[in-house]
Amino acid sequence: MITAFLLRSLDRKIIVAIAVLLALAVFVPASNLLLPEDSPLHVPTYLVALFGKYLTYALLALALDLVWGYCGILSLGHGAFFALGGYAMGMYLMRQIGPRGVYGDAILPDFMVFLNWKELPWFWYGFDQFWFAALMVVVVPGLLAFVFGWFAFRSRVNGVYLSIITQAMTYALLLAFFRNDMGFGGNNGLTDFKDILGFNIQAGGTRAALFAASAIMLALSLLVASGIVRSKFGKVLVGIRDAESRVRFLGFRVEHMKLFTFVVSAMMAGIAGALYVPQVGIINPGEFAPANSIEVVIWTAVGGRATLIGPIIGAVLVNGGKTIFTGLFPEFWLFALGALFVAVTLFLPKGIVGTISGYIASRREYRKAASAKPVPIDAEPQAAE
Amino acid sequence: MFYRLIFAAFRIFFVCLSLALSLLATKAFAADDLKAMVNALGTASFAQAEELVNNLGKSGDPNVVPALEALSEGDLFVRKSDGQVFLTKRAGSKLELIDPLTGASAGEEAKSALSKVKVNNSLRRAIRAAIGGLTLMSPDRTVRLQAAQSILKAPSADSLEAVETALAAEQDAEIKGVLESARAVALLSSDRSLDDKKAAIEVIKERGGRDSISILMTAANSADEALRPDIDAAITSIENSLVFADAAQNVWYGLSLGSVLLLAAIGLAITFGVMGIINMAHGEMVMLGAYSTFVVQNIIRTSYPELFDWSLAIALPVAILVTGAVGLVIERGVIRFLYGRPLETLLATWGISLILQQAVRTIFGPTNQEVGNPSWMSGAFELGGLTITWNRMWIIVFSLSVFFALLFLLKRSAFGLQMRAVTQNRRMASSMGIRTPWVDAFTFALGSSIAGMAGVALSQIDNVSPNLGQSYIIDSFMVVVFGGVGNLWGTLVGAFTLGIVNKFLEPYAGAVLGKILVLVLIILFIQKRPRGLFALKGRAVEA
Repeated sequence: MITAFLLRSLDRKIIVAIAVLLALAVFVPASNLLLPEDSPLHVPTYLVALFGKYLTYALLALALDLVWGYCGILSLGHGAFFALGGYAMGMYLMRQIGPRGVYGDAILPDFMVFLNWKELPWFWYGFDQFWFAALMVVVVPGLLAFVFGWFAFRSRVNGVYLSIITQAMTYALLLAFFRNDMGFGGNNGLTDFKDILGFNIQAGGTRAALFAASAIMLALSLLVASGIVRSKFGKVLVGIRDAESRVRFLGFRVEHMKLFTFVVSAMMAGIAGALYVPQVGIINPGEFAPANSIEVVIWTAVGGRATLIGPIIGAVLVNGGKTIFTGLFPEFWLFALGALFVAVTLFLPKGIVGTISGYIASRREYRKAASAKPVPIDAEPQAAE
Repeated sequence: MFYRLIFAAFRIFFVCLSLALSLLATKAFAADDLKAMVNALGTASFAQAEELVNNLGKSGDPNVVPALEALSEGDLFVRKSDGQVFLTKRAGSKLELIDPLTGASAGEEAKSALSKVKVNNSLRRAIRAAIGGLTLMSPDRTVRLQAAQSILKAPSADSLEAVETALAAEQDAEIKGVLESARAVALLSSDRSLDDKKAAIEVIKERGGRDSISILMTAANSADEALRPDIDAAITSIENSLVFADAAQNVWYGLSLGSVLLLAAIGLAITFGVMGIINMAHGEMVMLGAYSTFVVQNIIRTSYPELFDWSLAIALPVAILVTGAVGLVIERGVIRFLYGRPLETLLATWGISLILQQAVRTIFGPTNQEVGNPSWMSGAFELGGLTITWNRMWIIVFSLSVFFALLFLLKRSAFGLQMRAVTQNRRMASSMGIRTPWVDAFTFALGSSIAGMAGVALSQIDNVSPNLGQSYIIDSFMVVVFGGVGNLWGTLVGAFTLGIVNKFLEPYAGAVLGKILVLVLIILFIQKRPRGLFALKGRAVEA
């Protein structure tokens, strides 16, 4: 059954993408660690960390593409799942600091000592174990997505309304995590991490390993997403996106299918957040900001929604552009980003990948038509109003 | 050195002498004595200075007020060479000396030749009480009222006599009321008889209000055991009457917040509700309105200062034109290509909002700009225990008038009729000869200019910065979604409900948690009624 799932999930584009990602996972760390610094092929450590961050963003965009591209749920709250995964990882990293913190308390993180807390709150228990934190990275966002989605889809909140309440959700979480008495470090969030699984988090080797982990995780998620999309279930999802009522009348449990996809997507976003935090070394409530979630939407839109590979390309391109732009002309970045939003929606509604593959497909059609006899083409069927 | 010691000894002697004098003749002070007492402040210890201040207060001579005020502000300096005390004013690198009693200039002196007369908080309290006593007899009514109120805030047994003298002479009923309370408060800390104090507690109880409770609390700490039950009873009775006042206060704050939400959301209700466009740049329209006000005020300030009270009235049409024009450009340039794809209008308008924000940041800078309140917007008045500020009051009035004007426009004008026709059935409207593209464009411009009007109003109560719009956009969406799309009444009810619920939750949950609770409540509410309070019914729902 698993082989069947694998076979079905692989088409040529996905195979190429996964191969590229795995190759990156091997070669970038290898060139960073093994080649001498003056070699032209050497990748400096800061670039490894930077591209590692892009890969986690790509994973987040992929998660969004799964719900937005294939299921028509424009979530403006995916940043919340990302941040929750990040916080779960951050809590593990905080507990790894142990007595090396500024106040030297073996159990309590620095900010709790600072706030005069006497003992660890219950929700911090277990985060000293990596396996528990790793579990929470998917369980917490998954649970939130389940509860939220269960209510929302059951009462048929959809379209714009869903977008707005997901935005309200991440906004509420933003406000909540800013509070000091929530026990998540308030305004400053969690930072000053020392090591992960016993390895120094600053060391080049750890960075390279985290990069490899991000690339492999992205490849794996791509495989899963593609498996979902290319299954029969995936076809029904597209049906839900395009004509929800019709699919419902055909007897499918639309709510359940949407809920499943939403939860899977939230879990992916959580994993992305968990990989993001050790590479940037901080997680704070700013990650919940509604603007961040909207930015994820633009990565996906630039790359091309409902293409799976598009969001990965979009996330890397937009963030690469952001890094370069904010370095060169910091005041123009928002102009560029704003213009990108407008231009993509107006001129590239299918995104980069969608437009290119559309172009290739039409060329193929054209050649086929040229070689075969011309057949009369029916007008496109109009959607009923 | 030796001379200075002698000098200091002389000064202490003088302090004792003046104290003795003050006991002998509380009322009659010659100007020379006052001068000597002020000079004595220069080297007195805090305890001595407090005595001196009290005595200056008892002198009843309003001429000492500037010196006392300067002392409390830390502007009183003593000249090291001769121990004379002066008020000072900055004059270049030097300080200009001013005689503390006559106000005449007394030359300049380098800073190094002067040393500041030190002041601490207990001294400041004494000064406030002394000044209060001195100004109680002023012929100016507002000065007397302020003086009575300042004594009420910083009661001390020392000012009791002054208050009683003033009370006997006072004619004005309002000042008399304040003075009676002040007398009662001062009496509690004096050594009068128990019966007097019980009567005083009654007076304070009658007065009510939150600060009365704190006055009684402090009194309870130092009071006689025999007074305790009376004080406790008075506190409970005040607290009971406060519960009602609190509720009224919350409703008022809620109405005020609701009117702000209404202003911010009502334009959104047009673009979102009527046209189905998710305008994420709506907040930026509010911001542009606020910045228009800023620019108009700046021009008025520099060129026509006498028009300042009219600045908002002038800014209003300017803001409407600016934001309406920007809205028109956005609709014609971007949005008209995106009809029927609501999620994509969301992205495009978000991009526009980023551009507008950054443009304003580039032109005006990222910091808050100062927008002044015209005189009729500032100040407050009391209404049955509620303090109502004029700016909040006017904003409620303004938002309601905008609402009803809009309602009138939609229901009674030809343009409103066309707009409703296009909303209900675009094709049919088009076949009847309505130019739907222009109706769309002007509807969007209308929504934008209402946001601009909101910006004019919000500039009066919020910081005018490039992020102004961001803070309102989510709340405005909540209002529209909660109230129900496509129905202005829903927006009205939604805005005021959310405002009042928010303000009622705040005292129990804190401001942030209250807001989170409201968001959660809305999310839950949407589950129950996915289309809001006043949902459209029928075919339009699925469109």
